[in-house]
Amino acid sequence: MSADRHYPLLLTLLAAATLALFLLSLTVGPAGIAFADSMKALFSDKADGVALIMREIRLPRAILGGMIGATLGLSGAALQGYLRNPLAEPGLLGISASASLGAVLAIYTGLSAAFALALPLAALTGAVAAVLVVQALAGQRGGALIVILAGIAVTSFAGAMTSLALNLSPNPFAALEIMFWMLGSLTDRSMVHVWLSAPFMLVGWLMLGSLGRALDALTLGSETAASMGIELRKVQFLAVFGTAASVGAATAVAGAIGFVGLVVPHILRPLVGARPSRLLPASALGGACVVLTADILVRIIAPERDLKLGVLTAIVGAPFFLWLVFRTRRSLL
Amino acid sequence: MTLLSVENLSVELGHRPVLHRLGFAVQPGEFIGLIGPNGAGKSTLLRSVLNLLPAQGQVRLCGTDAAAMNARQRAACVAYLAQEREIAWAVPVEMVVALGRSPHRPGFAALTDKDRAIVDAAMRRMDVEAFRHRIATELSGGEKARVLAARALAQDTPLLLADEPTAGLDPAHQIALMRLFDSLAADGRSVVASLHDLGLAARWCSRLILIDKGRIVADGPPASVLTPQSLRAIYGVEAWFGEADGAPIVHPLDLATP
Amino acid sequence: MMILRTALSCFVAAVLGMAAALPTFAAEPTPRRIVSMNVCTDQLAMLIAGAGQLHSVSALAGDPRASAMADEARAFAVNHALAEEIFLMEPDLILAGTFSARATVGLLRRLGFRVEEFAPARSFADVRDNIRRIGALLHRQERAAELVAQLDDGLARLRAGAPSGRTIALYEPNSYTAGAGTLANDIFTAAGLVNIAERLGVTGSTRLPLEQLIMAKPDLIGRSSSDYGAPALAQENLVHPAFRALSRQDAIDLPVAKMICGAPFTLDAAFMLQDAAAKQERR
Repeated sequence: MSADRHYPLLLTLLAAATLALFLLSLTVGPAGIAFADSMKALFSDKADGVALIMREIRLPRAILGGMIGATLGLSGAALQGYLRNPLAEPGLLGISASASLGAVLAIYTGLSAAFALALPLAALTGAVAAVLVVQALAGQRGGALIVILAGIAVTSFAGAMTSLALNLSPNPFAALEIMFWMLGSLTDRSMVHVWLSAPFMLVGWLMLGSLGRALDALTLGSETAASMGIELRKVQFLAVFGTAASVGAATAVAGAIGFVGLVVPHILRPLVGARPSRLLPASALGGACVVLTADILVRIIAPERDLKLGVLTAIVGAPFFLWLVFRTRRSLL
Repeated sequence: MTLLSVENLSVELGHRPVLHRLGFAVQPGEFIGLIGPNGAGKSTLLRSVLNLLPAQGQVRLCGTDAAAMNARQRAACVAYLAQEREIAWAVPVEMVVALGRSPHRPGFAALTDKDRAIVDAAMRRMDVEAFRHRIATELSGGEKARVLAARALAQDTPLLLADEPTAGLDPAHQIALMRLFDSLAADGRSVVASLHDLGLAARWCSRLILIDKGRIVADGPPASVLTPQSLRAIYGVEAWFGEADGAPIVHPLDLATP
Repeated sequence: MMILRTALSCFVAAVLGMAAALPTFAAEPTPRRIVSMNVCTDQLAMLIAGAGQLHSVSALAGDPRASAMADEARAFAVNHALAEEIFLMEPDLILAGTFSARATVGLLRRLGFRVEEFAPARSFADVRDNIRRIGALLHRQERAAELVAQLDDGLARLRAGAPSGRTIALYEPNSYTAGAGTLANDIFTAAGLVNIAERLGVTGSTRLPLEQLIMAKPDLIGRSSSDYGAPALAQENLVHPAFRALSRQDAIDLPVAKMICGAPFTLDAAFMLQDAAAKQERR
């Protein structure tokens, strides 16, 4: 009952935090622009320096930070609910690894130097390929275990191919570029990246967001859920392809950003009474907050050194996970 | 309206035939005990009726061909209480029982007052109302079993299929569950429950279906199905037969000498 | 008669003068505020640009481990190859490397800036081309021609000394060596040395197993002298006992900062190697 009352409050708080962090993200950058001026410039029609900085440099970065964070949080919650496993995260299906492989091949073959969008498009292709393989391996009646195993297989293969590309690269510059891309970054993304990835992310959100009731029913196991009217094949399709579309697009433009999809649902689960359907929107907002915060910190901590986003989420995520394990261990004893 | 009719039902798991051309029908108002030795195919039968396993043969649910039904339509006709008592997340008992209403609610709709009344009634019948705010995963095995049974009740269907529902329950709650199924039958619904406890089956079920090695060996009132011969041949046990309070008592004693 | 001839020569001079000026009118205006975001374009720009033409160089230009012109770089504003930063500098021309961050280069172009990209030089021919191209972009063709002449002079002087034929292997952290098709290879060839890696059929920058290095018995071993102050596993190979035994007498610390980017100062490395080979012969 108290959880019922708290839920709308939780969502409101998370939404407010997301908005606040979004606005904060717009104010961070080498050009010291006063907040009021920056907001005015965003909405004005002028094409002067401040307006250009706001609209073409800071706005896409803030939008992508929020959308990618929401994608990672949402898909993490959806996959954990679908696979009934609190250790599941978007990377489990092999989508991030394959998107990375696509991007790496674009860099390695020089395609990314040839035309600007080659890299995100190649990454997206990698994500789609991964999903098709996972779906083919898991079949229609696959079930959670087969999907996990198929995802692990794809991740391992894509990871091995990426390492091979790095290993064989005759060009140390290319190798460095590949490595940096894989660490995840939102630096200097433009509105082109937003237009490229947003449709896929929105489609993915719709697919994953519709899974609420099914995930609640799956709490009792797949057979009971089926007996309560859940079409398991449809759920598998929505979960896998929804993750592929949204996480594939997110990885395509920003590289691999880890831990968010794993950690955010964990933190929020107790606050929503562990209900999978409530965790979906909460995780989306929570994920947006985390990535926006990380992207702000990246620009504040070491503005010159181009600290990578994925590094920051890992630095915060890993110790947090250790703490979670420690706390769980204590409660089990 | 025949709630469930099964004709020529055959199931293969892997390449092993498990069920051979089974046939039976369930009318409203029956409490059927599905009995048989381990591995006879009781769980498989229940799951294949629910389309959880691929099967051959004709199954009709609530008068409609089951193959033509989607999951939602099936869920409106039959509720399933699984043997595995899985509760994946630390959710409150109230939410678990309320899941039984989800087949009847569209999309993202919230519970109506009628839904809430049904949920409350189900919790009362299963004696779990005191737990309604507790976390389901923190309950004891028996308490969890009752919560899950309440969920199946809340689904409010004409037919209920239960796979070993009495396992892990103390005698009082076992009998309470049997009484509940009996009263559901009296209300015009039907229950098909697979049972290992022959005593309970003999005392409470109106009809027993005895399955051995994937075939129906006997189908009828307990007195005709549970005979010393059948127990010796199918179960390999000697039993004591008696009567108390107008209901039969069957109590296995010892292994039958071959 | 004299007047006619004078008038004619004036006319011809005028026409010629206009013809010379025409390309300038038709082409882009002279860039007056250049930002370079790649350490190699930084150094070439510093060498070629006129007073006040170059506004900013990248942070690496001031790092003596990567740049041969670290001191000179202090005269210019520093940029970290980030779009917003560079935008604020209001450049009219941006010089970048082909391996500069794609997102940043793309965004700068989208914001309307002119970005010219330069691939890393793989030979002295590439160096010549890059110098000339920067000269053309900066409208400093004469200065560029000067530098090319310096380069050619230096190469000629190197060739004047008969090739010693001594062998050399470049051995860097992670066992990297430079084979055919690299600037290092060209440097060795200009110094009259034979690159073991090229002889072994290596192209590009790849690894040379320590065993092969030892078997090849190079006369000289080139080491990078960069000390990063922090240890790396990559540098373990350089303290391997076998390597130390091999390199005790014949190692030469190469001026890496002069070899990363191709410019006239790259020849200093070649001269150094030529001297070292000569000293070895006299032993």
